[in-house]
Amino acid sequence: MNALDHTAHGHGASEGLPSALEQSHAYAHHGGRPARTEPPAVRIALTVIALAFIGLFIGLPLITVFYEALKRGWAAYVAALIEPDALAAIRLTLIVAAISVVANLIFGLVAAWAIAKFEFPGKSLLITLIDLPFSVSPVVAGLIYVLLFGAQGLFAAYLQAWDIKIIFALPGIVLATIFVTFPFVARELIPLMQEQGTSEEEAAISLGASGLSTFFRVTLPNVKWALLYGVLLCNARAMGEFGAVSVVSGHVRGLTNTMPLHIEILYNEYQFVASFAVASLLALLALVTLIAKTILEHRLAEEDR
Amino acid sequence: MTIDVVGVTKRFKTFTALDHVSLTIRSGELVALLGPSGSGKTTLLRIIAGLEWPDTGEVRFDGEDALSRSVRERNVGFVFQHYALFRHMNVFENVAFGLRVRRGADKLPEAAIRGKVNELLSLVQIDWLAERYPAQLSGGQRQRVALARALAISPRVLLLDEPFGALDAKVRKELRRWLRHLHEELPVTSVLVTHDQEEALELADRVVVMGHGRIEQVGSPAEVYDDPATAFVHDFIGETIALPGEVRGGALYFGAHALGLDPQGVADGPARILARPHDVDLADPGSTPFAGKVLAVRTFGPTRRADVELAGETGAVVVEAAVPHGQTLEPGTRVGLLPRRYKVFTSPRAT
Amino acid sequence: MSLSSSRIAFRQQSVIPGFGLTMGLTLTWLGLIVLLPLSALFIKTSELSFERFIAIVTAARTLHALQVSFGLALAAALVNVVFGAIVVWVLVRYEFPFKKGVDALIDIPFALPTAVAGIALTALYAENGWVGSLLAPLGIQVSFTPLGILVALIFIGLPFVVRTVQPVLADLDQELEEAAASLGATRTQTLIKVVLPSIWPALLTGFALAFARAVGEYGSVIFIAGNLPGVSEIAPLLIVIRLEEFRYADATAIATVMLLASFALLLVINRLQRWAELRGSRHG
Repeated sequence: MNALDHTAHGHGASEGLPSALEQSHAYAHHGGRPARTEPPAVRIALTVIALAFIGLFIGLPLITVFYEALKRGWAAYVAALIEPDALAAIRLTLIVAAISVVANLIFGLVAAWAIAKFEFPGKSLLITLIDLPFSVSPVVAGLIYVLLFGAQGLFAAYLQAWDIKIIFALPGIVLATIFVTFPFVARELIPLMQEQGTSEEEAAISLGASGLSTFFRVTLPNVKWALLYGVLLCNARAMGEFGAVSVVSGHVRGLTNTMPLHIEILYNEYQFVASFAVASLLALLALVTLIAKTILEHRLAEEDR
Repeated sequence: MTIDVVGVTKRFKTFTALDHVSLTIRSGELVALLGPSGSGKTTLLRIIAGLEWPDTGEVRFDGEDALSRSVRERNVGFVFQHYALFRHMNVFENVAFGLRVRRGADKLPEAAIRGKVNELLSLVQIDWLAERYPAQLSGGQRQRVALARALAISPRVLLLDEPFGALDAKVRKELRRWLRHLHEELPVTSVLVTHDQEEALELADRVVVMGHGRIEQVGSPAEVYDDPATAFVHDFIGETIALPGEVRGGALYFGAHALGLDPQGVADGPARILARPHDVDLADPGSTPFAGKVLAVRTFGPTRRADVELAGETGAVVVEAAVPHGQTLEPGTRVGLLPRRYKVFTSPRAT
Repeated sequence: MSLSSSRIAFRQQSVIPGFGLTMGLTLTWLGLIVLLPLSALFIKTSELSFERFIAIVTAARTLHALQVSFGLALAAALVNVVFGAIVVWVLVRYEFPFKKGVDALIDIPFALPTAVAGIALTALYAENGWVGSLLAPLGIQVSFTPLGILVALIFIGLPFVVRTVQPVLADLDQELEEAAASLGATRTQTLIKVVLPSIWPALLTGFALAFARAVGEYGSVIFIAGNLPGVSEIAPLLIVIRLEEFRYADATAIATVMLLASFALLLVINRLQRWAELRGSRHG
C-alpha cells in the first residue's frame, strides 16, 4: 500500500528522465541525493548504452529488411512477390501454418483441460515434456523426422510399401512445424487455467450443464485472450520456422519451399532484393504479431485483476 | 538528538502532502505522528529520514542542516512498514549489514561486528534465530530483526513507519509494550508513524496529530485525548458524539432553544458540540433541548449505543449516544441527551 | 472394480468430466509428435557401436563445430546478461521518449523468423553494410566470421534475459534499497549487495535460457557465419551437411550430443526457475 503510494507520488526514477533531472537539480542545492536513483550522468550513460545496444542488435536489423527490400523501388519489390515461386512459397507457408495452428490449438485445449482441471501424479513431468520441443535445436527437430520417415528411416519399409511420401513433402513439413510449435498454445493456457481453478466448472455442472457445454460456455470464455495469444505466437513461429523445415523439405522450388526457405534460395542466388522482399512480408507479420501481442497482454492484465 | 522541522512543504504533483509543517522533537523522547492515511505523516517521516526532500522548509538535527545530507549520511535507523529485510541474507547478516558496509576509518573488525550483532539480537530477544532467513520468520520476529538492524548503526534517531501495521492484533499489543520497554532501556530519540490512536496513546511521550498535511495538535497522550485542540483531533482520537448547535450573542443554541452550555469562546455562527460518549448522560426529555426519539439500540460486546433522532431547525439529525450499564432503552421512546464534558468548535454550515 | 479404484488412487475424485479422454489424447499426441520421434534419434544412435560414436563426435571437424556452437553461445549469453541487465534497468527505472516502443522491440527476436534475421544481420554487418562499413576501417570484420555468429546469437538471446529479469526488477520492493541506504550503504554497495542478489536467480535463468537457445540456433547464424569448416561452422549446420552427404550415422551422433546437452540445460533451467520463484516470492 505504502510502497504503491510512493511510486504513485513519483520518485525521480518513475517520474521521467527530464523531470528526474529537474528533480535532482532541486536536490542539488540541498546537496543530498535520493536513495533510489543514480547521478544524472550515470542515468544518461546507461540509457544511451541500452538504446545503442537495442538499436544495433534489433532496431537496425529490422530497418535493414525493409530498406533492402525497397532498394530498387516498388516495382522490383512487387515483382519479387508475385513471381510464381514466391506465390507458391506463400501458399505453402499459409497451408502449413493453418494445419499446425489448428493441431496445436486442439492439443493445447485438451492438454490444458487434463492438466489444469485434475490432480494426478507426474503432472510437472508432463508439463516439462510438453515444453520439451522448445529446448530442441530446430535442426535436430527436423532430423528426428528424417530418422523416422526418411529413405533410411525406421518406417521406411512401410512407407515405401504403401507409397506414402512424408519427408521432402508436405506431411514432413507440417510434422516438423507442429513439433517446433508444439508447446505454444498449451503453455499459455495451462498456468492460467490452473490459476482459475475448478469452482466455475463445478458450479456449471452442479447446475446441470454437460461437460462439453461447461467447456464451451464457462471455460473457453475465461481463457479466450490467452488462447488467442498462444495462437498468435504459434502462428508466427509456424510461418517463420526455418531449421526444422529446411531439413525435411528437400527444397523443391515451387513445391516444398516455404517462405523462409525461398528467402534462403534467393539469397544464395544473390537475388537480394527479391530475398528481402519476401523477408519483409515475414517481418511485417512479426510486427503485426507484436502489436497484437501488446494489445492482448493489456487485455490479459485487465482480466487478471 | 533534537530534530527541528521548520516550515516544511511538500507537494506531489497537485497533492499537498505537507503544508508548512513545523515541529520540534526533543532529545530522547518517543514521538508518535498520528493521523489518517493521506495526512502526510509518512511523508514527514521520510523527509526526516532523507528518503524524500521537501519543496521548501528546513530540517535540522541538533541545530545542523540535515537536508544537505543524504539518507546514508544522516545516521538514522529506519524501520520500514514491511520490514524490507534482505531475503538473501540470514538474520545475523541482515543486522550486520550496516556495520559491514562501513568503509575506511569507520570499518569495524569482524570480532567487533559479531559482538555487536549478538548483543543486539539478545536485546531484541531473537538471538536463537541468527541463522534463519527472513522467509522462515513470523511477522513479529521480522519486526524484531528490522529493529535490531536499524539499531546496529547506533542511530541518532530511530524512525518507525507503521511498525506494527502488518501484524495481527495480539502480536501488535505484545510488541507495543516491548517497544516501550526497549525505549526506556535505550533512550534513542524515536519517531513513530501510525494511524492507530491506541498505539500512539499507549506508546508515545508526545503525540503529533496530523490531518490534511498540517499538524493539528501536539501534546501528551492525555492532552490530545482530554483536551483536543481542534474538532479534527476530537473526531480522530477516541469516540465522539457530535451535537449540532449555534452560537448567537455569546450563548449556545439548538434551534430556538438556549442550551445553557458554555460556548468556550467560539464566535457567533454554527458550532459543533463534541463530547466523549461516556461524558453524555441520558436524561429526561423535558430537561434538555437535545431530546428525540430512539430509533434503534445496538449492542457490541459490553457497550450499547442508541441512535437518537433530534428534530433540529434544518431537519432531523441522528446522534449516536452511549447507553449506560443497567439502563434499558426501547426504540420509539423519547429521551434527552445532556453533555457533562464537551468541547465547542465552529463548524462549516454544511455539517 | 479394481480398475475404478485404481483410477481413484491415480487422481483425486472430481465432478468435472473428461479426464480420461483428455489425458488419453494428450499422452497419445505427445507420444506421436514428440516422444516417438525423439526416441528415433536414440534408437538410431544405439545402432552405432560405441567406438564409432566416439570416433564421430571426437573427429576434429565435429569437435570444432561443437566448440563453436557452445563457446559462442556462452559468449553471447554472457554479453546478453551484462547488456540485458542494463537494458532491464533502463526500461524499469528510467523514463525516456518512445519507451513503450523500445520495450516492444525487445520481443522482435522472438517473433522475427530466424532466416529473416539472418539475412538482415548479414547485410547490416557486411563490409558494405551500415554497421559493417563503420567497423571495416578498424580492421573488424563481422559478417562471415565467428564474430558474425556471436552477433546473431546475441540477437536471438537478448529477449530471454530481458523478459526473465524485467518482472523481477519491477517487483523489487523499493524499501529494500531505502533500507540499505539508511544503514549507510553507498549506491554502489546497495546495487551490489542488495539489488544484484535479488535479481541474481532471474539473471542466471535468463542466461541459461539464452544459452540453451543459442546452442541449437541455426537459421539466423548460417547466413552470417561464413560456414568455414573448423572456423565458423556450427554444430547444427554440420548435422545438415552430414545429412545432405547421406552420412546419417554422423548426423545422428552429433544430434544426440546436442539433444543431451539440451536436456541437461533444461534440467538446470527448471532448477533455476524454482529457485528464482522462491527468491522472488515477497514474503517467502
